[in-house]
Amino acid sequence: MANPALSPALSRSKSITLTTNQKAALLFLAILATLLLVWELGARLQWFSPLMPSASQTLIDLWGWISDPFFDYGPNDKGIGWLLLTSLRRVLTGFAIGSAIAIPLGILIGLSEVVSRAVDPFIQILRPVSPLAWLPLGLALLKNSENTALFVIAITSIWPTLINTRFGVQHVDPSYLDVARTLGASRWRTLTKVILPAAAPYIVSGLRISIGIAWLVIVAAEILVGGSGIGYFVWNEWNNLKITSIITAIIVIGIVGLILDRLFAILQNWVAFGRKV
Amino acid sequence: MTKSVPISASVSDTATMTSSVHLSIHNVSKVFPGQRDWMSKLQRRTSGDYVALKDIHLEVEPNTFVSIIGPSGCGKSTLLNIIAGLSKPTSGAVLLNGMPVAKPGADRGVVFQNYALMPWMSVLENIRFAIETVNPKIPVARQRSIVQEYIDLVGLRGAENKHPHELSGGMKQRVGIARALAINPQILLMDEPFGALDALTRGFLQDEVERIWEQQRKTVILITHSIEEALLLSDKIVMMTRGPAAQIAQILDVPFPRPRHRETLDQHPAYHELKAAMELHLSRETRAVEASRIHAES
Repeated sequence: MANPALSPALSRSKSITLTTNQKAALLFLAILATLLLVWELGARLQWFSPLMPSASQTLIDLWGWISDPFFDYGPNDKGIGWLLLTSLRRVLTGFAIGSAIAIPLGILIGLSEVVSRAVDPFIQILRPVSPLAWLPLGLALLKNSENTALFVIAITSIWPTLINTRFGVQHVDPSYLDVARTLGASRWRTLTKVILPAAAPYIVSGLRISIGIAWLVIVAAEILVGGSGIGYFVWNEWNNLKITSIITAIIVIGIVGLILDRLFAILQNWVAFGRKV
Repeated sequence: MTKSVPISASVSDTATMTSSVHLSIHNVSKVFPGQRDWMSKLQRRTSGDYVALKDIHLEVEPNTFVSIIGPSGCGKSTLLNIIAGLSKPTSGAVLLNGMPVAKPGADRGVVFQNYALMPWMSVLENIRFAIETVNPKIPVARQRSIVQEYIDLVGLRGAENKHPHELSGGMKQRVGIARALAINPQILLMDEPFGALDALTRGFLQDEVERIWEQQRKTVILITHSIEEALLLSDKIVMMTRGPAAQIAQILDVPFPRPRHRETLDQHPAYHELKAAMELHLSRETRAVEASRIHAES
């Protein structure tokens, strides 16, 4: 700015070239337009299965769903807003139950090397199991499809949070603990004022992974358990051969998943205070 | 970052300004046990005991500034950790006014090399955390006024609500010093407090410590690598031999009058003699450390 020789060159280069963001946005629009065009042409010229709707028809139906999200004409004919709220309520309830188990357990495990090693085989064996494998067990134990969905989501939500919480608690910077010791802090004060805030970024990054997986699993769980929600809607519309509704659901599920992830990213940033995890 | 802050009045109302604590390090040895259990024998990874410190004996008079200097790995930090109570001596004892030190306590304030500020607490909260931990009964308003006192003392007024990641290294260590002093310890223990700072900031902070010391005159134990730093700040300089089994080689008296200024320090007749003695000792020890390492590797 202070150098007069530089400023005209800078302003000129600004007017001609685009920023990286602007270029990316243009390319995004170009890709989107190409996809829609190929889709529209393909549907009209019968390149795909006859079930495949055209892009324009899908967009019209998509708008129909989004413009009126909260209608209710009976159990099998609800607006997409109601469907999402049903699924979100399930995910958040199951996620809350799972986190309420995972965070305290992770802290407990992280504080004791003995407990950590003793519990580790259970975690390592249960963690890679597909959440849906728990579904029949849930049905057998709970005899109730609604609670089974919550059970599956809760189990799903446990592992990333548990593992990250344990890691965060185990890897608190030893100098923070030395500070607490030199000040004579009690165990409880050290835990609440030092260990937990120090582990918070890891805990939240575990929660972020958990909510992502929970949102992935809810669709499959609702397809299997049935009754209501966005997952059930996808399956129901497939039975009605309404492909435009399925595509609408896919887009909406993706957007909601993105929003959930962003919310946890904000939370992550909020507890990080310049630290990187 | 105002350098000259009028604090003498505000700090002096913190009770027992001039501590009269006598620190005595009595034949302290520290041995880190090697691995000789059957598991490591099976893996052929046994190691012998490592004697870090051997028979360290040191008397520190009240209100003196003592620097401990020695080659890398000579156990300086181990000794400081033992004084702080973070580590236990294998034999011998550290006595404060005749009472043996068993665990860390608020009578000793510690300044850490890596600052060790809690990233989630602001400058104010970091200092208040220390005060509240040491004495939870102090009313919050009083805690705040003590915090402000020490923020002023280290020249950080205006940065109270900043978090550590928004501060420079020098500012972080000012907070570290304020936190250590705010609990009104009898002894201040500093473990290479300026080791991670660039030369200019380092010099600036050394001047600050000299200024603060003139006001508080607490007993200070400073671990350092820097000869100039030790000469500027200390009343006594403890030179240690190389490890293993590090011992005290020599204790130098630093006779320069106070307050000291780095610009005029080298005009004192004893300055160059002391500096030369320290340089000779440190270079000899460091050379021996490197020679023994070459010997061990071949």
